[in-house]
Amino acid sequence: MISLTDILTLLPESFLTVAICALLLLDLFLKPGQRSITHYLAIAVLGVTGWLVLQHYGAPRAFGGMFVRDGIADVLKVFLLLTTALVFVYARPYLRDRGLFVGEYYILSLFAVLGMMLLVSAGSMVMIYLGLELLALSSYALVALNRDSPLSSEAAMKYFVLGALASGMLLYGMSMIYGATGTLDLDKIHAAAAATPQRGMLLFGVVFVVVGIAFKFGAAPFHMWLPDVYQGAPTAVTAFIGSAPKLAAFGMAYRMFESGLGSVGPYWQQMLAVLAVMSLAIGNIAAIMQSNLKRMLAYSTISHVGFLLLGLVNGQPAGYAAAMFYAISYALTAAAAFGMILLLSRAGFESEEIDDFKGLNQRAPWYAFLMALVMFSLAGVPPLFGFFGKLLVLKAAVDAGALWLAIVGAVFAIIGIYYYLRVVKVMYFDGADDASALPPVADAPVRTLISINALALLVLGLTWGPLYGWCARALGIAQ
Amino acid sequence: MITPKLILLVTALLPLFGAIVAGLFGKRVGRAGAHTVTIAGVLGSFLLSCYALYQLATGGWGVFNENLYTWFEVGNLSAHVGFLVDRLTAVMMVVVTSVSLLVHVYTIGYMRDDPGYQRFFSYISLFTFSMLMLVMSNNFMQLFFGWEAVGLVSYLLIGFWFKRPSAIFANMKAFLVNRVGDFGFLLGIAAVLFWFGSLDYATVFRSADATLAGKTLEIFAGHPWQAATVIGVLLFIGAMGKSAQVPLHVWLPDSMEGPTPISALIHAATMVTAGIFMVARMSPLYELSETALSFVMIIGATTALFTGLIGIVQNDIKRVVAYSTLSQLGYMTVALGVSAYSAAIFHLMTHAFFKALLFLGAGSVIIAMHHEQDMRHMGGLKKYMPITFITGWIGTLALTGFPGFSGFFSKDAIIEAVHESHRFGSGYAYFCVLTGVFVTALYSFRLIYLTYHGKERFVVEHAPQAHAAHHDAHADKHGHDDHAYAGHGKNEHAHDDHGHHAPGHLEHAPHESPWVVTLPLILLAIPSVIIGWLTIGPMLFGDFFAGAIVVKEGGPLAELAHHWHGPWAMLLHGLMAPPFWLALAGFAVATYVYMFNQSIADRAAKMFAPLYRLLQNKYGIDDLYFAVFARGGLKLGRGLWRGGDVAVIDDGLVNGSAALVGRIAASVRRVQSGFLYHYAFAMILGLIVLLGGLWMAAR
Repeated sequence: MISLTDILTLLPESFLTVAICALLLLDLFLKPGQRSITHYLAIAVLGVTGWLVLQHYGAPRAFGGMFVRDGIADVLKVFLLLTTALVFVYARPYLRDRGLFVGEYYILSLFAVLGMMLLVSAGSMVMIYLGLELLALSSYALVALNRDSPLSSEAAMKYFVLGALASGMLLYGMSMIYGATGTLDLDKIHAAAAATPQRGMLLFGVVFVVVGIAFKFGAAPFHMWLPDVYQGAPTAVTAFIGSAPKLAAFGMAYRMFESGLGSVGPYWQQMLAVLAVMSLAIGNIAAIMQSNLKRMLAYSTISHVGFLLLGLVNGQPAGYAAAMFYAISYALTAAAAFGMILLLSRAGFESEEIDDFKGLNQRAPWYAFLMALVMFSLAGVPPLFGFFGKLLVLKAAVDAGALWLAIVGAVFAIIGIYYYLRVVKVMYFDGADDASALPPVADAPVRTLISINALALLVLGLTWGPLYGWCARALGIAQ
Repeated sequence: MITPKLILLVTALLPLFGAIVAGLFGKRVGRAGAHTVTIAGVLGSFLLSCYALYQLATGGWGVFNENLYTWFEVGNLSAHVGFLVDRLTAVMMVVVTSVSLLVHVYTIGYMRDDPGYQRFFSYISLFTFSMLMLVMSNNFMQLFFGWEAVGLVSYLLIGFWFKRPSAIFANMKAFLVNRVGDFGFLLGIAAVLFWFGSLDYATVFRSADATLAGKTLEIFAGHPWQAATVIGVLLFIGAMGKSAQVPLHVWLPDSMEGPTPISALIHAATMVTAGIFMVARMSPLYELSETALSFVMIIGATTALFTGLIGIVQNDIKRVVAYSTLSQLGYMTVALGVSAYSAAIFHLMTHAFFKALLFLGAGSVIIAMHHEQDMRHMGGLKKYMPITFITGWIGTLALTGFPGFSGFFSKDAIIEAVHESHRFGSGYAYFCVLTGVFVTALYSFRLIYLTYHGKERFVVEHAPQAHAAHHDAHADKHGHDDHAYAGHGKNEHAHDDHGHHAPGHLEHAPHESPWVVTLPLILLAIPSVIIGWLTIGPMLFGDFFAGAIVVKEGGPLAELAHHWHGPWAMLLHGLMAPPFWLALAGFAVATYVYMFNQSIADRAAKMFAPLYRLLQNKYGIDDLYFAVFARGGLKLGRGLWRGGDVAVIDDGLVNGSAALVGRIAASVRRVQSGFLYHYAFAMILGLIVLLGGLWMAAR
């Protein structure tokens, strides 16, 4: 029985769905030269959706508990939308220069956003699966956006096959859990899991669910798709799938593990600890060898996922708050990092090799400075945003009694600094092959926004209290 | 509302303001602006200090003790910025600001052509501020900050000509040696905090007796030390560094690498006396430990005699005065050691004036000699620079304790006090201070004769006729530009541009320094003569320092007070006392040797060659430190670098782990083959590992 409250609770998602359909129809009637209308409307849709998220209509639960609306969902949705909007702005010149400035990019991305919003609000395993598939299918298509590029197609293919495998495992795990507890509702699973007679089956299911979620995160050893996809996809798409979905992955992990499987916490926490260490090791070490910046950022993502998992291992509200803070800081920083690549690329030039940044300081000192800020934040150098994320998750690991995990994290954080600083070194200390000033780059909105984005990393690093406070309140930690 | 608080605050902050203006806006305000603002600041500070002293001396103000600003409060510990101003403080304030003021004025002349003019003024004003904060402090924390701040400015100024390697060396030496002292000082403050739980002077002094009674500390097992002794000795180690007492004295002679004005201000009159002031301020603590006071006295006596002896064989005019400073600081320390704190402060005051006078006089000579400092190339300067000559004589008479001059009263009082003392080691101290009088006279008059009297041992290269014209051109050059200095930042070389290279060869005859140099000389000569006569009564034998300085019953000064019948009586008594005759003997020897029969000096040097060498080598202490600590430190550092850093850390940990990381990375890269089935296989493998782990855990 659908009530008005249910609709109101789902208002942002409902609006987004209707808007996407409308945009899809409208786009059909636009001439190629009018594509900017889709662009601006897409951003406007994101803005309105975000505004609706911040309004408190409706109830905490809708559709019989299928849909949950709480502080965590709201915070994650706001940053999902914000990050996506940033990526839209950064992507426009890039897409235009390559003949990829098509409505599909926006429609698919918006559908992915819708999937992510449902994912972070899931109250049932069905909802998780639906949201995930909506996100995943949109992403596969997005990666293949540049159909004529063999690299993109190969990446999309790999992504799709491995994604299907992971989805299968997730679904299989869910069915096991259903078998053990007799319910799909996460809250009921939470209650039933503690006392189920079918404990073996439940834990067997948990392993498969962990694998499915780890794949979505890109945690080692389920990370193999990530470097190939990041490198193969058009940078505009990489920027999208490299930033916002990490927030959704955190939301999914929180719903599945805490809301659903919280009563068997120690089991999945141990598995996540193992995955965290592997991700930290493989991500950081492999990143050192990369000469392609997008690929390096892919491995860097894997290492960041390792840090994020440290917060989840904690299994307490403070740990989740730390992980959420980390996810937000990572999403904003990654958006800026890919934004810089997008900004410096132009027709016929991708600017995705680390060598392309050689001597950037001579050619465009301001962008070199912004890029340095981004790299320092990713490396976790105080006082930038990334540092406090790392600090909080390491603290969460220590509080969880996993001191060894925190030490591993700190060691790999130090190893990680190497490859971020290499970018800075290349920009500031290497001579450019072509020392002339950069040709005027991108549009004014892009230039302004990337500056704001990168500087925000500094500002949020200096005043990280309010944001963390928001995360902590969302998880019900009294400040 | 003009309150004492406001007045004192302004007193302290005026020099800081000057320092900031001259330091940060030096380019904008220019040379004249820099010296105007700093001199105005210090002048204001001086006048307010005099007012404060007047109010305190006449009873207009009570003792001012107030916290002005709370820095932090953690648990029981609180740190404040506060002032404790009593008569002791006020005397120090007047001494510091007056000498500082005159040195500021003098600097206009001395540093006229230096490119670092504004920087210099900024430093000396900053120094004045730091020194005021040190003496006005009402707690140990601020004392330490002031202590380090004056040290900092001192290092900055020793290395002021930072392109000169010897200045850098001296700078580093001063810094390192002071580290040793400051380490002890900090431990002493920590000990105070440990036993008293407070860093506030008033709290500590009030409860000193009760708190420390019976408290001991076993530094070596089985040898308990009295708490008061531990505190006293540790704090005094700080004073040994700052006030250059044996064996931490080695930095002071080298500090002469700095410009002469700061040698006068920092390394003679004020900063080096911070240790003396500190011990006097801590008299309530020191009175609790005979052992600590004996230690102080023996160190002081050793310094007084043995550094004075080195002064006899020095040829650099500034170094002679520097060794004389060491020796006089030793006298003050001895006075502290026999509980004659007032006498130490009294000598500190008189010494500040006459030693600043001697230093500035030496500086005046150095200007005239075109930055030649070797006395063997001087002589006969009295006819060229009469004012410097006369004031030099006044300063020397004061230093040697000629009856009636200020030094006579202060030094005689110390010697008498040592004579009265029955503390362990006072016999040795008495011997040292008495012999020291002879030595002081010897090196002082040697300096006077070698510099001002006798034959001219320098050559003026230009004919007198050409000289006048050239001189004008030369002066013009100095007046209008300083190109000669611009490229060097180093004084001697600047003069090389004018064409004299060999030592003792001057381009034109020496002449009297400008008025900005001679005026401070005259103004310092006046107190050098009269201040002792005027103030000995109240300061030493009256109750001027009552409350500020605590002495147990029956201190030597109380004993002396019984025989005190005014300065006239002391003067007459002094004429019959051994110090006077010893000084006279020193004078006679110096006169005979350096005025009439100079060959004796050379023959004596040959005859007592080992002794002469010993003095030349400064007892080998510098060499010892250099060989053991400096070279040992370097060796240790190199050893650690080779063995620890290069072998273990660089090759093992850093490069080793980097190589390891590289190898792992290469293999990870191989696994990332690009083949889909490899990727899927990895996922399945991961799944199996997790399942296996679960199975292991669940079993």
